[in-house]
Amino acid sequence: MSEIVELDARRLLCPMPVIRLQDCIEKQSSATRVRITCTDPGTLNDIPTWCRINGHQVLETTQQDHQYIFLVQKDGD
Amino acid sequence: MRVRRAVALISGGLDSLLAARLIQQQDIEVEGINFFTGFCVEGHTHAIRNRDQKRVKRNNALWVAEQLGIKLHIIDIVEEYKDVVINPKHGYGANLNPCLDCKVFMVHKAHEWIKQHDFDFIITGEVVGQRPKSQLKRLMPLIAAESGADDLLLRPLCAQNLPPTQPELDGWVDREKLKDFSGRSRKPQIALAKQFGFDDYAQPAGGCCFLTDQSYSVKLQDLWDNRGSREYELDDIMLLKVGRHIRPSKAFKLIIAREEGENNFLSGYKNQFQTIKTVSHAGPLALVEGEQLNSEQLELACAITARYSKGRDADSVELCFSDHEQESRSIQVKPLRAEQIKSDWIIL
Repeated sequence: MSEIVELDARRLLCPMPVIRLQDCIEKQSSATRVRITCTDPGTLNDIPTWCRINGHQVLETTQQDHQYIFLVQKDGD
Repeated sequence: MRVRRAVALISGGLDSLLAARLIQQQDIEVEGINFFTGFCVEGHTHAIRNRDQKRVKRNNALWVAEQLGIKLHIIDIVEEYKDVVINPKHGYGANLNPCLDCKVFMVHKAHEWIKQHDFDFIITGEVVGQRPKSQLKRLMPLIAAESGADDLLLRPLCAQNLPPTQPELDGWVDREKLKDFSGRSRKPQIALAKQFGFDDYAQPAGGCCFLTDQSYSVKLQDLWDNRGSREYELDDIMLLKVGRHIRPSKAFKLIIAREEGENNFLSGYKNQFQTIKTVSHAGPLALVEGEQLNSEQLELACAITARYSKGRDADSVELCFSDHEQESRSIQVKPLRAEQIKSDWIIL
């Protein structure tokens, strides 16, 4: 399994976490996994939505200490 | 014949949703663009405040894209957009809203995008006569011309009120299936939404920009006036959306949280600002924007902050002042009385 790209979107409000994820994923090759850490609770809705409409997959969502962490896999084309 | 492709400017409101669906129905492949200017009114910004916690925390542009089944490209234009806000060629609206320049800029960016991504034309949810400046019939050709999009800009909701564009003239879309909406009434859009089966859209359409808000514009103007410059950074304009803004002197401004949600949000700025927090009583966190406070200014800032704490009627309130470059220290003050907070300190 390839390594995970880490992305820090703490303190950013919508839609910046989504933009960070979008811009990161665009640069990755297919099936790359990106872990993004957010503090905006709205990302619980927005990141899965963005992934669904763009064909990427949320593998895991965890919450700890007001942080929301998503493990996303880029569309395998 | 190849499938034609259009990009839709998706604000998250009803009009762009309907415009995109009208074009999808003509077998055009549609993708969406949403521009992030920093001034966008988002559910999440409101959701900073606890009283708004029951609101659905969703990005309406993403929600619209999902309803339409289209990809959405969210584009950060914060830096480029500064020139639109600071130097609007066509001036401001009722507040600091440069609506006409904004529309020209966004269509221009969309035109650049379709050239880069091999799309054929641009669609927007504009309706003739719906908005006082950017959607006047006489100004709509100006947007198409100044943006460079010219007749690649199609407004499906009011196309029949405007000269035919290239997608219509070349038969990519059937003009007869487009609409002739005009004016400020929302009834035609609501009826069309019902026809399409959309019943959970954001209302009202538009109104998606803080620059149209009088209170926000006053705060932005105050920021510019006291800096002696109209420059701004993203954090500046985000902070204008949060808290009470009180400027007791030209030297500093206080941003005082109004509730726990704002306290949490402002605490993320502790490393960038001098901060004041009540200790002896429950109360707000305040950011101090400005120069290093002298002792007199510090006492005043603390007395104002204490006014908004549970200790407002106490003889003495203890607060903690922290300078991001120095140690924290404790300060005791008597809170200001309501009448001591001068009305011209409060930036509304």
